Amino acid sequence: MTTSERVVVTGLGVLAPNAHGLQAFAGALREGKSGIRFHQHLADVNFGCQVGGIPEGVEALQKQYLTDEELLAMNPNMIYAAIAAIDAYADAGLKRLPADADEVDWDTGAIIGTGIGGIDTIAEKLAPKTDQGKVNRLGSTMVEQIMSSGNSARVAGLLGLGNQVTTNSSACNTGTEAVVDAFFRIREGRAKRMLAGGSEGHSKYIWAGFDAMKVLNRTRNATPAEASRPMSGSAAGFVPGSGAGVLMLESLSSARARGARIYAEILGGYVNCGGHRMGGSMTAPNPTSVQRCIQGAVAMAGIKPEQIGAINGHLTATFADPHEVANWQKALGLAPEKMPLIHSTKSLIGHALGAAGGIECVTSVLELQHGFVHGSINCEDLHPQLTAFASRIPHRTVDVPDLKIIAKASFGFGDVNGCVIFQKF
Amino acid sequence: MEQNEVMGKVVDILRPFVKNPSALTGISMDTSILKDLKVNSARLVDIVLEIEDAFGIAVTDEAADQVKTVGDAVSLILKTKA
Repeated sequence: MTTSERVVVTGLGVLAPNAHGLQAFAGALREGKSGIRFHQHLADVNFGCQVGGIPEGVEALQKQYLTDEELLAMNPNMIYAAIAAIDAYADAGLKRLPADADEVDWDTGAIIGTGIGGIDTIAEKLAPKTDQGKVNRLGSTMVEQIMSSGNSARVAGLLGLGNQVTTNSSACNTGTEAVVDAFFRIREGRAKRMLAGGSEGHSKYIWAGFDAMKVLNRTRNATPAEASRPMSGSAAGFVPGSGAGVLMLESLSSARARGARIYAEILGGYVNCGGHRMGGSMTAPNPTSVQRCIQGAVAMAGIKPEQIGAINGHLTATFADPHEVANWQKALGLAPEKMPLIHSTKSLIGHALGAAGGIECVTSVLELQHGFVHGSINCEDLHPQLTAFASRIPHRTVDVPDLKIIAKASFGFGDVNGCVIFQKF
Repeated sequence: MEQNEVMGKVVDILRPFVKNPSALTGISMDTSILKDLKVNSARLVDIVLEIEDAFGIAVTDEAADQVKTVGDAVSLILKTKA
């Protein structure tokens, strides 16, 4: 078994609050289009934060991807994952096997994570009927919607995948961790191709716990597009988001053998945990572990920090943003003015929890492909602790034709971290 | 209620669960729900629940287990309502 396959990205799929599909999403990133809207259903139940990022037009869109029979047993988390995964599979130039085909795509697997999963199905259907003593009225579709692996399992059936199919979960690091895990699986020669990323549904039940923690922004309900403010001095919590981002990772040898279009190569990846020590906790990152994670990915990539053209940060719009930037700087050992361009996709789409890393990895690859770094909106009033980095934080999209390397990192509750280094191919 | 009327309602209930819609064209009392219509066997539970609601009947687990064809479902409904 080969143990050092090079791993490339040959397909992308994205369903985000501000766009669906690669062309529309790349355009939305370039334009700085916000996908954050006011949602009455949050106001109706007295959320402090009544804005969020929810993909639009999905009711019509889902019928183009899924049959009525399939939709009977799918919640939004699963639907979002399916749309992004089907798109990524097709974008990689692969033809979906018919549902009645007598064959399986043994060479392709999927690691599609979720942070919260099917809690909306539990809250809306399973718990009420169970408490009413109507278990026999639940029907057959509960388990597949509430099992943690429901999103990846459904994708396996839709595409006929025969390699490893699983769902990882590491809170807000989920999507990035999935990419790292799939990268290693291909690198070890255990799969030719892996769909990798994350998905998250939208629901008051998914978001209520965060609102109760007062970590969501409750100060901008009247101006939704201004609510997600990473790196801003007036940042007051993140804005919840949803959707899915899925990448087709593939061994370079497989991609070349079938003449696939190659977007980028993954040079390195690293995941770790801060152990809830040294300043880390269930909800705060251990700075040392963050720096070790970034340094581990960079070391594996075999690059110098100066070669990194842009950082797609975790940067959610909580108190942690200045600490995150400080950790990037310490990890890379660069003076503030020499740092890569720093940006936050969450300023446009909110924090899509388990889907965030997947959507933001798709963002990074599109930026490499098209040679731009999208602007981070709503941080004109930069946080005072970030003043030294001001020249490295674009508020509007900048063209960077020679952009070669992007570092993407995610950090999650549980003190967990993930970092991926993408290089334009 | 006439057999044809019951069968029409049963077909309407089955329709969203059918993976082989072309089999609906020549559907008859002998059509197998699983083999011909390619309904996922797990979904039989949901179909029975919908039949119970649509016809105002209660179907025992034992009776539900005997339903293999469209005709089996129609007969069960007519018998239970009689």
